Amino acid sequence: MKKILKAKGFKMLTALVLTYIIIQVLVSTNIINDYMQATLVTIFINIILAVSLNLITGFTGQFSLGHAGFMSIGAYTCALITARIPTTWGFILGVLAAAIVASIAGYLVGLPTLRLRGDYLAIATLGMSEIIRIIFINMDDITNGAAGLLTKRFVNWTWLFIFTVITVYFISNFLKSTHGRACISIREDETASEAVGINTTKYKVMAFTIGSFFAGIAGALYASYFYVIKPDIFNFNKSVNILVIVVFGGLGSLSGSVVSAIVLALVSSFLQAFSDVQMILYSLLLIIIMIFKPGGLLGSRELSIAMLGDWRAFIGEKFKALRSRKEKKTTAKEDLDNDPVENK
Amino acid sequence: MLEVRDLNVYFGVIHALKGISLSVNEGEIVTLIGANGAGKTTSLRAISGLIKARSGDILLNGQSIINMSAKDRVKNGIVHVPEGRHVFTEMTVLENLELGAYLRRDKAGIAQDIKQVYKHFPILHERRKQAAGTLSGGEQQMLAIGRALMSKPKILFLDEPSMGLAPLLVQEIFSIIKTINEAGTTILLVEQNANMALQIANRAYVLENGSIRVSGSGQELLKSDAIKKAYLGG
Ligand SMILES: Nc1ncnc2c1ncn2[C@@H]1O[C@H](COP(=O)(O)OP(=O)(O)OP(=O)(O)O)[C@@H](O)[C@H]1O
Ligand SMILES: [Mg+2]
Repeated sequence: MKKILKAKGFKMLTALVLTYIIIQVLVSTNIINDYMQATLVTIFINIILAVSLNLITGFTGQFSLGHAGFMSIGAYTCALITARIPTTWGFILGVLAAAIVASIAGYLVGLPTLRLRGDYLAIATLGMSEIIRIIFINMDDITNGAAGLLTKRFVNWTWLFIFTVITVYFISNFLKSTHGRACISIREDETASEAVGINTTKYKVMAFTIGSFFAGIAGALYASYFYVIKPDIFNFNKSVNILVIVVFGGLGSLSGSVVSAIVLALVSSFLQAFSDVQMILYSLLLIIIMIFKPGGLLGSRELSIAMLGDWRAFIGEKFKALRSRKEKKTTAKEDLDNDPVENK
Repeated sequence: MLEVRDLNVYFGVIHALKGISLSVNEGEIVTLIGANGAGKTTSLRAISGLIKARSGDILLNGQSIINMSAKDRVKNGIVHVPEGRHVFTEMTVLENLELGAYLRRDKAGIAQDIKQVYKHFPILHERRKQAAGTLSGGEQQMLAIGRALMSKPKILFLDEPSMGLAPLLVQEIFSIIKTINEAGTTILLVEQNANMALQIANRAYVLENGSIRVSGSGQELLKSDAIKKAYLGG
């Protein structure tokens, strides 16, 4: 059993290293140009945001509409630190501080609001993130108000790659632990969780705090790559966009969030060519896909080798069905061809 | 084993439990009956710590547990099967049972108890790899009881286990409750089906508007005219 786990870990590591090398080659040969690199960085940031929100909403079942608020806390914390210590070490300090400050905010927001359920929780978290935004607008001595902060670029895409891997690794291991199972059981049935002795409030707050921690990291990375941050970047729309990635990938599927972040970023950068109708097409596409796959791309399953096998079997079966239907049709046609003679 | 003294519970201004006192002795089946909204569920939830009582005391084997968290009460053997069929819908039957042992660390004991649960409910063994949400209502109720047994209850609270089940299944559930009791678990049973409950209970309390009106042995109450009129349909 241990051997298999090790082998699995090893495969994963190989895949990651390969991915890294491929991207590196594409970047250094300029096949991925500067413009596309920004998309790449956006993908990484969105993966961190989506995976951390999935922990809160998809796995623990707590509907949050305030993820952008915690991201903004991370972004401002990091930007304020790198403004004073404009070095890579300053950035590292900034990310750590961003994560810690955002998670403290998440804890303080979560403690009172997580008593609420469903829609009420969504409204409360939305309200909280709007409050955070308005505070940033009004603290102009420190944050420069609505105009925002301008810093420098401290990171390249490699940093984002590393932080994304760490985030996904941490959250996926958390979910496999007893704590993670407690979180999932709350989503499945809160009353039953209480009945087996799970402290539901504690685990809801824990999921919310960890989710905010990583949202803070995402914010810090955003500030350190795109170097302009304004309160309006982290508005309600941003929270909704993160939620869209999570729902589209599948509530309760980490690999779904990863795939979905990639697909949606590619789709929207492709749609930029149709600038007038870009948002309409994007929304339309989302609607169409959600109609055909209401559980999201992956439902609550995870991507795995075995699943690829299933897919092959699935496609094979469909193919067979299609062929046999065609055969039936042709025989039916022959029947028809023969029929008229008798009718006469 | 369990003693409740003058327990008061409020929901805002609603005085839901008006100083109830009751006791359950080791090895007994005690039933709590009463009309809708009488406060049966509230009593169980207050004793298992899911809601806070404003005043009164709860003693488990002589020790006050009124300030204990719900989790610690489960650890101490007060295990609650909530009203309605609460199972972890997307998890398998086996995973549900394993979560029942959430607070336990004795792997061997857990494996042993899973076997024991399958003995009580053979259908759960058959369905062990099926998602709990796809079980029938009766099977889900059995799973909820089985999961509670996995927490090693000293006293098991059952909140309307027969609700919504076909008559034959009601019979079966009651006979399983009796078996579980005979295997050494004390039971506090809340039921709408007063007739059946009184038949298997050693003692019973009748709750009305948040107060205990009558108490006595199951047989006594079955014969009482007042009870017959109010709860047994004539
Ligand atoms: N969370 C709550 N908030 C406000 N009132 C509540 C709450 N829970 C219960 N009540 C009220 O307390 C009273 C007792 O409710 P309880 O659920 O204990 O009744 P019950 O005897 O279990 O009824 P039933 O047989 O219908 O399950 C009811 O009047 C109910 O409306
Ligand atoms: Mg009830």
